[in-house]
Formats: sequence, C-alpha cells, structure tokens
Amino acid sequence: MGIDLNLVGAKGAIAEEAEGKWGMVIDQDICTGCQACVAACAMENNLPFVGEEDAAYGRTMHWIRVERFWEGAYPEIKATPFQPMLCQQCGHAPCEPVCPVFATPHSEAEQINLQVYNRCVGTRYCANNCPYQVRSFNWRDYHTQPFHANDVDGQLVFPFHNQFNPDVTVRRRGVMEKCTFCIQRIHTAQDKAKSEGREVEDGEFTTACAQACPANAITFGRMDDHESLVSQLAHQKHGVKHLEELNTLPRITYLKEG
Amino acid sequence: MAVASKYLPGAKKAHEAQHEEHDLRQYLMFDPKPRGEMNQMVMESMMTTSWKFWVVFAILSVLTATCFFYAWGYMIAEGLGVSGVMRPSYWGIFLVNTVFWIGISHAGTFISAILRVFKAEFRRPFTRAAELMTTFGLIQAGASIFMHLGRVWLAYWLFPIPNARQLWPNFHSPLMWDLLAITTYVLGSTMYLFLPLIPDLAMARDRSTGWRKTFFKILALGFRGTEGEWTHLHTAMNIFAFAIIPVMFSVHTIVSWDFAMAMRPGWSSTVFGPYFVVGALHSGMGAVAIVLAIMRATMKHMDYFIRAEHFDALGKLMLIVSMAWAYFFFNDYIVQWYGGDKWTDTLLHWHESGPMSWMFFQMLIFNIAVPWLILWNKKWREIPWLLASVGLLINVGMWYERYIIIPVSLTINRMPFTWKLYYPQIEIFLTIGTFAMFLLFYLIASRLIPLIPVWEVQEGQMAHSVRKVGKAVVPSVSEIDLTME
Repeated sequence: MGIDLNLVGAKGAIAEEAEGKWGMVIDQDICTGCQACVAACAMENNLPFVGEEDAAYGRTMHWIRVERFWEGAYPEIKATPFQPMLCQQCGHAPCEPVCPVFATPHSEAEQINLQVYNRCVGTRYCANNCPYQVRSFNWRDYHTQPFHANDVDGQLVFPFHNQFNPDVTVRRRGVMEKCTFCIQRIHTAQDKAKSEGREVEDGEFTTACAQACPANAITFGRMDDHESLVSQLAHQKHGVKHLEELNTLPRITYLKEG
Repeated sequence: MAVASKYLPGAKKAHEAQHEEHDLRQYLMFDPKPRGEMNQMVMESMMTTSWKFWVVFAILSVLTATCFFYAWGYMIAEGLGVSGVMRPSYWGIFLVNTVFWIGISHAGTFISAILRVFKAEFRRPFTRAAELMTTFGLIQAGASIFMHLGRVWLAYWLFPIPNARQLWPNFHSPLMWDLLAITTYVLGSTMYLFLPLIPDLAMARDRSTGWRKTFFKILALGFRGTEGEWTHLHTAMNIFAFAIIPVMFSVHTIVSWDFAMAMRPGWSSTVFGPYFVVGALHSGMGAVAIVLAIMRATMKHMDYFIRAEHFDALGKLMLIVSMAWAYFFFNDYIVQWYGGDKWTDTLLHWHESGPMSWMFFQMLIFNIAVPWLILWNKKWREIPWLLASVGLLINVGMWYERYIIIPVSLTINRMPFTWKLYYPQIEIFLTIGTFAMFLLFYLIASRLIPLIPVWEVQEGQMAHSVRKVGKAVVPSVSEIDLTME
C-alpha cells in the first residue's frame, strides 16, 4: 500500500510489516447492509443491549457497525455502499500510547491491539484518540439492566445470560472494550493445530462477523501468507485502507467499486 | 523598586504639601497603623460571624452534600450512564471542570510567586487570598478528574505503587504526566501557602483562647519570631517562590497536552501549551477580583487592607492577560483556519455556525470585548463590584472556552457516522457541587486562618515612608531588602 516503514521505525514504534499477521478484507460492493455481522459479533462476544434510550443517544456497544451515507439531498440522493466499521487493529495504533495504565497494549504474537478489561480504569482517552471511533464503553452494568430481562411473576429473568460465550469475559461498568478479531477463536484454532502438530490452515476458522455474513463480504485470515484468500483479495488493485494518511497501518482492507 | 519615588521639583507651599501627603494616605503602604491595632483588626475579621454567614454556610453545606457527595456516589453506583458522555464525546463536563479549576488555581500562585519575585508592592494584602484559591481549586480539579474515571475505585492504579505483578503506569500517556504535574503542584502550592502563613498563625496563637489557641499552636510550629526563624522563613519562601513558577507553567501546559497530543482535528495544535497557560491566568485573575470584592464587602476591617489601588492594579493585570489571551486564541484559530485540513475546517464551521455557536460568540464577548471596553478606565477599574462583575463574566467565558474545546469539538471526528451532540446530565449537579465545595472551603478558611498576611503588610509599611524635605513631601521605599538575603 505504499507505506514507508522507515517513518514508523524513525518514531521508535513497533516496526511491523505494514500488512501485519491477521487481516481482514471487507468487500463493500457485495455488502447488503443486513447487520448479520453486528448480531453475530454481539452473540459471540457477550455484548449487551443498551436499551432504546442509550442506543439513540450514541451508546451502542457494538464492536462492528454498518455505516450508511448518502450523497446529495432528498429526493435526488445517491446511496453510497454500506461501510462496516470495526477496530482496524492498527499496526501503529493511536489508542495504545495514551492509556495511563497499559490497559490497551499491542500483542506481539497476534499483532493486534488488545484490551485488558480488568486493568482498565475508564479514562476513555483511547476512545477519544481512535480516529475510527470503534471503541465502546460500558456506561452502565447493561447485562443486569431491567430491559435485558423478562418479568416473570415479579422476578427478573435474564434469558440472554444462558447463551453467554464461556470463552469471553462479561464486562462490568466503567470498562472500555473493542473488537478483538475474535481472539478466542484464533487461540482455539491455534491450540487445535498445535495438538495435531500442524500449522493453522487458511479458512480453517474465521471471525463471527465473517462467518455470519450471508454475502461473504467479510474475509478473515493470515495477511503474511501470500497464498491465503484474504491476502489475495487485499492485493487487488481496488483495495483501500481507511484514514491511511494518519499512518495508523490499519489491518483491514476495504474493496470498493471493483 | 516597584514603587518609584516621585521626584517633586521645586519648593511647594505648605497646603500643597499637606494635600500631597493626604493623597499618599490612600495607599496602604503609606497609611500605617500600629502593629497591635492591625493584628487586632485581622483577628476581629476572623472571629466575627453574623447570621448571614451561617445562612450561606448552611446553603453551601447542603449543596456540597447533595450535589457533590450524593450525586457522585449515585454515579459511582450506577456507572457513567447517568452522565451525558457518549460516543463521540467520551469526555464531557468533568474534564471541562478539571481544566477550569486548574485555571482558577493558577492565579493564586501567579499573583503570589511572580509578584513576590518581582517585588510588586500591591500584592502584599491579598497574596493569601489568592494562594488559598490555588489549594482549594486544585482540590476541585482533582475531584473532577476522579469523577471522570469509569472505575474510580481503582484510581490508585494510576500511581506508581510497587506491586507483586510488577504492573507499572504508562509514562507515555499524557494523562500520567498530568497526574504527576498536578500532584507536584498540589504539594508545592500547599507548602507555599503554609510558609508565609506561619508568622500569622503565631500572631493568632498569641491572641486567641480555647480550642483556637490549640489549633493555632499546632499549626504555628512553635514560631517565636527570632532573627534566625525569620531568616530561615525568608530563605524558604524565596526558594519556593522561584521554584513554584516553572511548576505552575508546566502544569497547565501538561493539561493542554492531554488535548494537543491527541490525534483529533482542532486539538492537535502546537500553541495549546501557552494558550492554556494564559487562559488559566485569565480566569484566575477574574476569580481573584471576585474573591477580593466579596472579602471587602462582607468581612470586617477589610476596607482598610483592600483598597481601590489593589482593584486598579488587578484590573490592569486582567486587561493585559485578556490581550494575551486574545493573541493566543487568534494565533491558534487563524493558523487552523488557513491550514485547510478538511476535518479541522468542518470543526471550525461547527464552532461558528453549529448549535453551540452562541457559546462561541459569548466566549469572545466575555473574554475579549468586555475586559477591553471596561478595564481601560482607571475610575471603572477601582469600583469593586464592577471589577468583580468583569471577573465573573471572564470566568463564564473561560468555562465556555473549555466547553467548546472538549465536548463541542469532540462532536466532530473523522467518522461522520458517529457525529452527535453532547447533552450534560448529572454533570450539571456535580459542577454545582464543586463550586459549592470550593466556596464552602473558602468560607471555613476565612474564619480559621488570617486571610490577610499581616506581617507582610507590616513589613511593607515599615519599608515605605513619607519624608518631608523642606516643604516637599517625598515618598520613599527603604532599600533594605528583606526577601533577598
């Protein structure tokens, strides 16, 4: 993508390959905006509902959102392609250096940004500094809010607590969180491959959003493997990265008007 | 010397000389009173309370209990959802208040330390009132920062406390610098407040009875006023006066770095450091004017200590700081305007013509137009209520400025899909709570410690004298320099 790695090295940051290790390609041309990825992500990662009021006020907790834009004014509007937006797992992430307690470190093994929930004290500096605005904050203990429950004979019953993913923590109030590239799935696949004495194969597993996408608009895999599907898709001529000019080295390539 | 001797040419007639002398009496330094009498005046001002005092005290106590402690407790229990912060305005009024209170705290040290170093004589009667503002303002600033945290009960993780897991704070984070700078400033300014207080506490100890005597006895640290004690005190104060000035500049610069280091349109500005320092002085000077006017109007004998000359001098300072603020504001603004960056451009349009544009223009009126139109006139500067009103408007304007920089600017980011306007909720009560607590602390302090540094006034009065040379009246300042041993 024409990124000058010397510039990164000069600033003393982690000099990673611009492509990183794990990567994603989102094809905006075939995205239908059905929000299946949003729902799948919420189920996989134990994301809470925030209720009508908070959602309208801008407190949705989704790690992935489908953005829509229009060009022009009604009635002559031209809809632009849907734009699923999630953490870009920057190689040179603005959110990382600003956390005063190291709750948002960079993972050397996966080469993605991690969020350590039980270290986070909630200064929200990382979210302010994220140019993609993809971090979500637990404004309340949403999992125990009444709108999360059914009222059965005066007792609150929380049906969604039965389908929590045991591989993922449930976050409490006052903690920042964000997309992890389904790191629990990465680890499960790696452990399985290791026990069988082999490498993780391309397409062996994928993230929840990619798995749920009915149009196959999301592809996930190894970017450092030039034979992988995600790598080949990303290296087509019409791949773009968002806000590339900020030198964040995003790991997600968007395909548009190909 | 700061007060230059006026050269009076030629011989004067007797009644002119008398008139001259009468004119000089309007200055505190040339209007000495016997030491015992002056001490008694300060003690009386401290011991006198009317029913109005207790009414104000009760109101402020109730406001502190409800709007500060109850509201904060409720927010801790419920989560930050009860406040107005959301995506994209992750920071709201809490940080506005933090910056505001640190700004207020600046003038205390500025007036006290810089004017002491430059030996500006008009500072003498009100250094203490200003220093108290520093300490109490910093308490509110610290409280506001902790209110802002999502999990405040873990705030001690921000401090570099050795622990078994070898977890350390991130010294790359501007918030970490902020914490260290503010902690340094709190400690430094509290000591700087305490040092000049010691002789006055000793004075109060010798003139009080009962629990007050015990209170002053403990605080005065056995000060007796020997030559050696004075020498030590002057040396220590001298060191602190010089040392606290760079700390003061660094604190607000570092507060501005919380914003300037962030990768956001409108924030990433190199001029933010000095701009914030001057902004802090701007609001701080205004606050000093308010405090002095209230002190003079409500406390006994204060019209002797705080005079028109002090409001005049303070008004001049306010005017100069207002001009400096205007310079930095336009320096920041115009450079960004002509920078042509798409997102900054959008942001500046949002400031001027968005839903909060009324705040933007009121800020300019309160911070620039009002001081410039009023403070140029000596007669107007000398009216306490007018100067206090200007100070109040400046403070409103400076609070607006921080509000525009934080929640209003946060609305605009590089992801237009998330743009949303911030509506404060419980923050409004918490803001009232911090103001009430600040005033409550001040109220309590005004009856517990001498608000006038009596010994400094007396020192100044001894150094100043009016001499008659023939028929001419010559004001003079002794060259004996007590503070520079």
